[in-house]
Amino acid sequence: MKLREVKDILEAEVIVGDDILDLEVKTAFGADLMSDVLAFAKAGSLLLTGLTNTQVIRTANVLDIAAIILVRGKNPSSETITLARELKIPILTTKYILFETAGRLYAKGIVGCLQKVENTSGRN
Amino acid sequence: MVETNPNLYSNSFNIEGGNFNSAGIVSTNIKSILKKLGIPNDIVRKAAIVSYEAEINVVSYAKKAIVNLTVNPGVVQIEVIDDGPGIPNIDLAMQEGYSTADQRIREMGFGAGMGLCNIKNYSDDFHITSEVGKGTHLKMTIQTP
Ligand SMILES: Nc1ncnc2c1ncn2[C@@H]1O[C@H](COP(=O)(O)OP(=O)(O)OP(=O)(O)O)[C@@H](O)[C@H]1O
Ligand SMILES: [Mg+2]
Repeated sequence: MKLREVKDILEAEVIVGDDILDLEVKTAFGADLMSDVLAFAKAGSLLLTGLTNTQVIRTANVLDIAAIILVRGKNPSSETITLARELKIPILTTKYILFETAGRLYAKGIVGCLQKVENTSGRN
Repeated sequence: MVETNPNLYSNSFNIEGGNFNSAGIVSTNIKSILKKLGIPNDIVRKAAIVSYEAEINVVSYAKKAIVNLTVNPGVVQIEVIDDGPGIPNIDLAMQEGYSTADQRIREMGFGAGMGLCNIKNYSDDFHITSEVGKGTHLKMTIQTP
């Protein structure tokens, strides 16, 4: 689905990336631990998180994350917004909690970028 | 920037330890350089992930580091050499879940003890050496088609 639909489903506010809402997304990963995001998230996925610091943007950048969805109504700092603009990474913020955000997207066809981890590492 | 021929590229970058605001700048830089060199996206992504994990470790645990990026036909190589406390037990540090990260690092979303394993997983070849009181040396090789 398009990022625009993600925005509507989550009644989200677009903080960065108003001009790239036509972006196509199919998968997502959700975590507040960037260590896990780095190990498991796949390129082109949405990143659902409650963390708002600049490392979230850096993490999304190295992983080729399509867009960041901030959950629980979190708002990023101005440094985070500036960096996201510079690296062209869309940020949306939704008042839904992580569980609801994931559930609402899943119900409309977005799936996890992986289902399970294999043994200790389901990565690569 | 040193370019001796169109197939070879090498460059060095500095990482400042303790500075979380600038953590990730070097890997973002490496990513855009490799893209400009026409390296395929999945290879660029691997190189960006390993250098970012290493960069976060330098910022978290060491004083400063130098990063050497070398691109040759068939390989991208990233070396991270830091001035830091070193790692007393590398086998332990390489274990998933082992971490000495403090509260400040955890608040940033790191410190799960997965970084070194992740570097190993995303590299085709990975070498780590460390000397207590001196520093740590990582060498990551990623093959390109
Ligand atoms: N450059 C370094 N200098 C000194 N100690 C290091 C260095 N890199 C890693 N370590 C030690 O090895 C441990 C494991 O590192 P690793 O990157 O695997 O996990 P982490 O940094 O603790 O957490 P994560 O990477 O998941 O956020 C660290 O907690 C630290 O004690
Ligand atoms: Mg680490």
